[in-house]
Amino acid sequence: MAIHEKNLIRPENIKTHDNLVIDGVDVSGHWSTFIETRVVTDYNEQLQEEIAALPGGEYIHRCWQCGSCTNACTVNAINPDFNPRYWIYLIRMGMESELLRDKEIIWQCVSCNKCTYACPRDVVPEGVMKATAHWLELKGHTETTPSTIFDTIFTDQVVNTGKIEDGAIIKNFLLQTKQPLIQDWLVQMVKQMIWNLPIKFLMNMGLATIFHPRTKRWDKTRDAIREHIAEEKAAERAALGLDAAE
Amino acid sequence: MPERKEKYKKVAYYHGCALEGSGQPYNTSTRAIAKKLDLELVDIKNWNCCGAMEVKNVDPEIQTYLSSRVMSLAHNDMGQDVVMAPCNGCYHNLKKAEYDIANKEKSREVVEKISAKADHPKYEAGQVETIHALDWLKFGYGEDELKAKIKGGLKGLKVANYYGCMYTRPRHIFPEKDQGGDSDSTSQPHYMDDLLAIAGAENVDFPLKTACCGGAHTLSDSDTSTKLVLNILQAAEAAGADVIATECPTCHSGLEMHQIRALKRMSAETNVKVIYFTQLLGLALGLSARKVGIHENVSNSIPMLKAKKIA
Repeated sequence: MAIHEKNLIRPENIKTHDNLVIDGVDVSGHWSTFIETRVVTDYNEQLQEEIAALPGGEYIHRCWQCGSCTNACTVNAINPDFNPRYWIYLIRMGMESELLRDKEIIWQCVSCNKCTYACPRDVVPEGVMKATAHWLELKGHTETTPSTIFDTIFTDQVVNTGKIEDGAIIKNFLLQTKQPLIQDWLVQMVKQMIWNLPIKFLMNMGLATIFHPRTKRWDKTRDAIREHIAEEKAAERAALGLDAAE
Repeated sequence: MPERKEKYKKVAYYHGCALEGSGQPYNTSTRAIAKKLDLELVDIKNWNCCGAMEVKNVDPEIQTYLSSRVMSLAHNDMGQDVVMAPCNGCYHNLKKAEYDIANKEKSREVVEKISAKADHPKYEAGQVETIHALDWLKFGYGEDELKAKIKGGLKGLKVANYYGCMYTRPRHIFPEKDQGGDSDSTSQPHYMDDLLAIAGAENVDFPLKTACCGGAHTLSDSDTSTKLVLNILQAAEAAGADVIATECPTCHSGLEMHQIRALKRMSAETNVKVIYFTQLLGLALGLSARKVGIHENVSNSIPMLKAKKIA
């Protein structure tokens, strides 16, 4: 995996000299730009194994760095710093501190699966992005991301009731992320909806917020799912060398 | 395919959560078409959420289990061998569960364990075939038969067909696609184009058919979603489309919501309308705008449809 990583060469490591003579040869100007020597000693040799222990990260070892994932990536197209191929490289090399430089954006993967579609090695880069985002949270490198807050609210509702009611999800998410419930675009959307909607539809939506939709005889299922999730979460924490309790 | 015509005539209908909430017009129009074309939809009783896009991020096997429970109900309680899911999310998750149960030991173990504790028969790979509303109409009714039923049609309507992510990706969960002949393509899907062309619409050359609307982060990273949606809306307008036809409630709501958000937050105005393909097809079959739930959409397409004498 000898990939020349342009990302590792940062402006602060580039030195230029207006006048420089080496062995009697004048190398001023263009030829006087050097990259400062950099020695990496803080490898985390467990990094790839830790990511592979989390759901989605299982196949990271297959990557041969072709870059098809980044080339296909939806988020990369709007933010060039979002670079799955590079992060997979850093994880496989154990360059944890380099990976942490991008810790605030890794969770932004939209799960469009274009990377998974393009990958010739079945790495499932989408899964690796999710595993990496979870790893960052579990290790305490980032706060719980809005994505995880949303996933948790959503999953809790499905596990508890068997079904989803979108109004409740939106409300809970805005409350938990401390955003005002009155968003200009949301207000406009509701206005446009009410303008067109028949009374019956509005009543159904209103009723759903009072009598939450739920699957019948769900209790045993709910308990079995909760138990399974608790076991899996404990196993994940153990694989990362963390205490069993959160 | 005459055998599929027989098989899809009566199917287990899994509309899922979104079609009872924000995606209601998709449900309304799908049911209206079924009635019009004499196709039987049997609701799955006491169904549950398939896991959508979120549960897998907490625990992928739980998502597989949730989807397997729906397929188990269809097979064991109803004796149905076809499940029709119009929502791309449900369709995708049932297909993924099917693949995982057939191919992954851990998925089978978890499904077996939880099904036993929840006291219902476990789902086994191959017990049902999951199809999309597109397959259902294209093969269950038939293209020639559909052509004969079109009244007035969508003449003069320029449509950008938008399939989104979950109808084609990842490729391995859709083994029936990319098989040549009349199978759909994962890189250039065309079933919606085919059906709407029969309905008389003029399909524009739309490069973002399978682009992502950012639905997974529609609330958790709204600015990214707005940018992605704006790309899609602007590309459709640049292609000359009056309407973006949708086949997924998450995409549909995302396009409608972020069309408004783009205007409010980025002062980017787009006027292309967003309509479910089943609504367009229903109109072409002579159903009223009300019957196919056009008024249930957020974007008001009635004046445009009236001007074109479609509604």
